[in-house]
Amino acid sequence: MSHDILTSTFAGAIRSGTPLLFATLGEILAERSGILNLGVEGMMLIGAFTGFAVSYTTSNLWLAVVAAMGAAAILASLHAFVSITLKVNQVVSGLALVFLGAGLSGFWGQRFVGIQSVSFVNVKIPLLAEIPFVGNILFNRDPLVYVGYVLAPFIWWYLYKTKYGMNLRAVGEAPGAADARGINVSLTRYIYTIMGGALAGLGGAYLSLAYTSMWVENMTAGRGWIAVVLVIFAIWDPLLAMLGAYLFGGISVLQFGLQVTQTPIPPNIMKMFPYLFTVLVMLFTSSEKMKKRFGAPSALGVPYSREEKT
Amino acid sequence: MRLKIERRKNDPTKLSIFLMSVLSVLISLAILGLIILSLGKNPINAYVQLTSWPFGTVAGLTQTLISMMPLLFTSLGVLIAFKMKLWNIGAEGQFYMGAFAATWGALFLFKGISSPWLMLPLLAAFAAGFGGAWGAAAGWMKAKLGVNEILSTLMLNYIAIYWVNYLVYGPWKGKGSYNFPITATFPKAAILPQYTSDGLNLGIFLAIATSFFVFYLLKRTKFGFHMDIVGDNPIAAKYSGINVKKMTIAVLAISGAISGLGGMMQMSGVLFRLQPNFSPGYGYTAIIVAWLARLNPFVAIAVAFLFGGLLVGTQQIQLFLQIPFSLVSVFEGLVLFSLISGEALLRYKISFKGVRT
Repeated sequence: MSHDILTSTFAGAIRSGTPLLFATLGEILAERSGILNLGVEGMMLIGAFTGFAVSYTTSNLWLAVVAAMGAAAILASLHAFVSITLKVNQVVSGLALVFLGAGLSGFWGQRFVGIQSVSFVNVKIPLLAEIPFVGNILFNRDPLVYVGYVLAPFIWWYLYKTKYGMNLRAVGEAPGAADARGINVSLTRYIYTIMGGALAGLGGAYLSLAYTSMWVENMTAGRGWIAVVLVIFAIWDPLLAMLGAYLFGGISVLQFGLQVTQTPIPPNIMKMFPYLFTVLVMLFTSSEKMKKRFGAPSALGVPYSREEKT
Repeated sequence: MRLKIERRKNDPTKLSIFLMSVLSVLISLAILGLIILSLGKNPINAYVQLTSWPFGTVAGLTQTLISMMPLLFTSLGVLIAFKMKLWNIGAEGQFYMGAFAATWGALFLFKGISSPWLMLPLLAAFAAGFGGAWGAAAGWMKAKLGVNEILSTLMLNYIAIYWVNYLVYGPWKGKGSYNFPITATFPKAAILPQYTSDGLNLGIFLAIATSFFVFYLLKRTKFGFHMDIVGDNPIAAKYSGINVKKMTIAVLAISGAISGLGGMMQMSGVLFRLQPNFSPGYGYTAIIVAWLARLNPFVAIAVAFLFGGLLVGTQQIQLFLQIPFSLVSVFEGLVLFSLISGEALLRYKISFKGVRT
């Protein structure tokens, strides 16, 4: 591979990994609080659609980002209500969220199909962008990529080094004990499920506002599900999520690199790579032993009520 | 004020569950009406148009039955898995693999066979085998390595869809297809008996027969009895000597086989050639059908009929009222949400408690 293809593949990995990173960070927050939200795909789609619609009508990209996060947060709050207050099965509710998000975005989004809008442009970071090879890949990107660079370490610091982060982890590990210590379990879970939704919306918005500048029905193409797998891959750690997201991003853009070098692998086969790789990752990370050792939140997916301790 | 939730003492009755399900659908329709209104369309008009053709005319009813057929197969497939609390979201991929296998058999492997009596059962078995393998793969990963079946079946969906795309855009592209990504047409021996000129075929009866088979399997065999036990409490099942891992693989294999069979019926009964995106998400709608039917294979027949009509009717209003087809997904999401919320309300008593002063 020539130098140019290498650079564009690495840059593509960062760009393609960024939506995954946001969605994965969001799901980490929700799952750390004990709420499994399988609706990431639906929330990303709502984010992608809302972001595009707002950017197209107002030409204000940052407003579009905020709107996308808000719309996905609304969807997440629905999941929070039924799984925290009504204590329903979180798997089914998550699936319902996927249907709803995909449906609503497709329904309202149809009039925006095939239209181009504004999108985020690359901003060179002075000095850092001058570093040979790496500088151009990492520091000549759009602003949302930089948000990702900052957000992952910030969430890591928040989780492990602040009182709030400790409370959050306590709620996901031992809600009974957290409750006894005076932490409001339900409120905590509400907050982080909704924040997780907002981040999934940000991930979706990246697709329609930076990765491309259009809206296409179902444009997330399973990225929301891949993010759920990435959470396990990253063993609920925001920094490992960064590694995982860019790695998966790399796998998804590999096809473009391979196409340029004219490998004999047909494009439809190459499109399978991210999904095949996801299955492969699950084969190595799923055993109960692994999960226990590396710390899946103990109360993940289990509704909490003070009266009925199990 | 504080919301207080307590578990009710009695389990909900069958009647209350039925009423709750009907109410859930009605509430979903009401919310859906508002969503249609948000597009500036008249929801009443939309509902009239949506239901009148697929349920009120002979031609429409025929189309309803035709689209009910793949839906019932996939619903029965997921229903079996759900019965053992295995979240098989992969009916779509298993359906695709069945269609792929049927096409492979009809156009290549069994090309020389001219008797439909031999060809059709061969295709059915072949398709069930491939669909079953697709399901069993997820079962094996779950049983041996603890891989979450929701995620694995979903990933396998994407893989199956790209596999079919690869074939129809590449090596299987038919000679007479004017460069469109479609395979050649099935030979006569590979086509199911047709009853009307507009497509009603044997498939729908075989789908209903499959409902009886599933009922028999679940209620009248030792295997079905064991499924119940594992679904209720896998740990107790293990101690009573049931091989839970084997059951997991077997149930997902059967589940996939039925969806795969549906894929073959769709090819041999309705489409006669493989093409990309040949399913409007039957495998996903099947999840809602199975859930709404409360995992009863007979109730599933009725629910699949209604949803078959819904698919046909939505295509109508897309054409005539420019209401996007995604309406179906919105409705499915709403129904699922109202159903689980309704169920929670049946099981728990919710009261508002004022703050004591």
